[in-house]
Amino acid sequence: MSFIRVENLYKIFGPKAGQALEMVQGGTDKDTLFQKIRHVLGLNRINLEVKQGEFFVIMGLSGSGKSTLLRVLNRLIEPTAGRVLVGDTEVTTLPHKELLRFRQDTFGMVFQHFALLPHYNILRNVAFPLELKGLSRKEREEQGMAWLERVGLSGYEKHYPGQLSGGQKQRVGLARALCANPPILLMDEAFSALDPLIRKEMQDELLRLQQELKKTIVFVTHDLDEAMRLGDRIAIMRDGEVVQVGTAEEILARPADDYVAAFLSGVNPAKIYKVEELVQEPVTVVLEREGLRSALRKMGQAGAVNAYVVNRSGFFQGMVRAEKLAEALKAEGERGGLESLLEPLPALSPGQTLEEALPLFSETALPLPILDEKGRLLGVVTRGRLIAAMAGRYVPQ
Amino acid sequence: MDLAEAINAFVRWLVQNYGETFEAISQGLLSFLLFFEGLLRDLSWFWVAGLVFLAGWWLSRRLVFALGMGLGVWLIEALGLWDKGMQTLALVLAAVAVSVIIGLPLGILMGRSDRFRGFMLPILDAMQTMPSFVYLIPALLLFGLGKVPALIATVIYAVPPMIRLTDLGLRMVQREVMEAAEAFGATSWQRLLKVELPLALPNLLAGLNQTTMMALAMVVIASMIGARGLGEEVLLGIQRLDVGRGAVAGVAIVALAIVLDRLIQAAGQRAVKRYREER
Repeated sequence: MSFIRVENLYKIFGPKAGQALEMVQGGTDKDTLFQKIRHVLGLNRINLEVKQGEFFVIMGLSGSGKSTLLRVLNRLIEPTAGRVLVGDTEVTTLPHKELLRFRQDTFGMVFQHFALLPHYNILRNVAFPLELKGLSRKEREEQGMAWLERVGLSGYEKHYPGQLSGGQKQRVGLARALCANPPILLMDEAFSALDPLIRKEMQDELLRLQQELKKTIVFVTHDLDEAMRLGDRIAIMRDGEVVQVGTAEEILARPADDYVAAFLSGVNPAKIYKVEELVQEPVTVVLEREGLRSALRKMGQAGAVNAYVVNRSGFFQGMVRAEKLAEALKAEGERGGLESLLEPLPALSPGQTLEEALPLFSETALPLPILDEKGRLLGVVTRGRLIAAMAGRYVPQ
Repeated sequence: MDLAEAINAFVRWLVQNYGETFEAISQGLLSFLLFFEGLLRDLSWFWVAGLVFLAGWWLSRRLVFALGMGLGVWLIEALGLWDKGMQTLALVLAAVAVSVIIGLPLGILMGRSDRFRGFMLPILDAMQTMPSFVYLIPALLLFGLGKVPALIATVIYAVPPMIRLTDLGLRMVQREVMEAAEAFGATSWQRLLKVELPLALPNLLAGLNQTTMMALAMVVIASMIGARGLGEEVLLGIQRLDVGRGAVAGVAIVALAIVLDRLIQAAGQRAVKRYREER
């Protein structure tokens, strides 16, 4: 179900936007429009849907219209044409007073340069949205303190923004955006002004909060790594248009055009792909049900040098090598069990990126098992496929 | 030139048709001014100096500063100009109050509307370049001789910096901060009272300071149309070529100016000290 819906949205900057709109709808592009009547095409026929609870990233270079699009959602910028719907409410037609109320109840916003009020202390900054809503001082301070604690800034409530570091300021910005408990968070280059280490820390913090809060987040960034790390889905913008929408993997696997492909050329697939996307079916032997001979036959058919042993419930027990099995069969016949031949292997878990998994592959040349959190065997990943994926030669489906 | 005649005709028309209106305005302003004057002249120099000392201490937390402020007030008494000094101070305070009442809203409108700003800027330029004596004539014609035309002339002369610096202060508020207030659903009034005015406060106080200084400078000129006080002393000094008399009154004006200037500056520093401390 879509929660935020954007339909045929246009934004043209300039005094004669109506006339310019007709030109754009008639097929005039951004450069021509500017050359002809000096109007800037900010947004060109945008159609988007964001699902409830989704982390949606809008990405593009500066001037691509991403910040404009974000601001049209809560009408900090008025669109020239088109509709924005949040739930059942048509934001674009709300009268002024109702729009203010709607902003108070629906949107929290986080800004690139924090935009804290320098003359208010941290607690009052965090509770500012509640102050605007007219809540009593006691309620404001109670809720403000709770949010300060959640972003790890208890003890700073009496400080002023000028006394905080950039990372701390943005924690305050985040707490302020969440304070009125709105369903939607709008984040405009929220971490772009922070240095890389702090930025990573803030990204983790945001993901952790999102796990608990399940807000609908629209996050604008020009940083592709950030987009891929955070976003459930990503919209890539260029010249006021949305060029492609999809998950990180979809976009990486099938870029919509050369522009997106060029954009992606700097991305490291090792950071994007997850191990389970490379999964293959291994030769599996069930302990206590199958003997040495049956195991060897399976490996022979598959051309494999080893097999993965599970118990009756599917829990991974270990790995056996074909050569050891053959030796044991020769020496002891069918009497020998599989147990004595089991060898351990390092295991992967779903959600691991290739980069994280890479060190485990240095220990052995054999395919590594992926186990779920209880230890059940889901499949294996071969070293060859891992390398192919990292080199961009293998694209997961 | 016909323009001069036209302006004369216009003023005559105003006086003939709206004489009663001006009379009412005049009465209102007069009682406003007399309120300040009564307050100050009823207090002895000791009380005024004491209040100024306390204000100085409260604003700066520096004993030397507060003592200096008190001393400035005492100097006026010591020069034997206490009563005249208080008449002047009352005129200045009343003029500053009226200037703030007029200047703040106009400045806010300018800060919010580029159109209104474009309309006001040339008017303000004209007000500030026009020789101050020119204001005396219509004030005299419309309100007669006395304290009220002096007050009006002083306000016209002193109000432009209040308007300009209010406008500047509002325009210097960071765009992103204003956007944040808007994004969280602040109404126009909430933005003004919770964001714009507090952040423009240093500029507002700078405007208040300049307005006060200009009002003091106008005091001597306004004495020509019947404002009493220190200006009158200077004027008498000029007319009688009594250098000493003029100089003593001049020193008293300077003392007033320094006390007012430093108190307002201290207020400005106190207002931002809280949050200007970087870590």
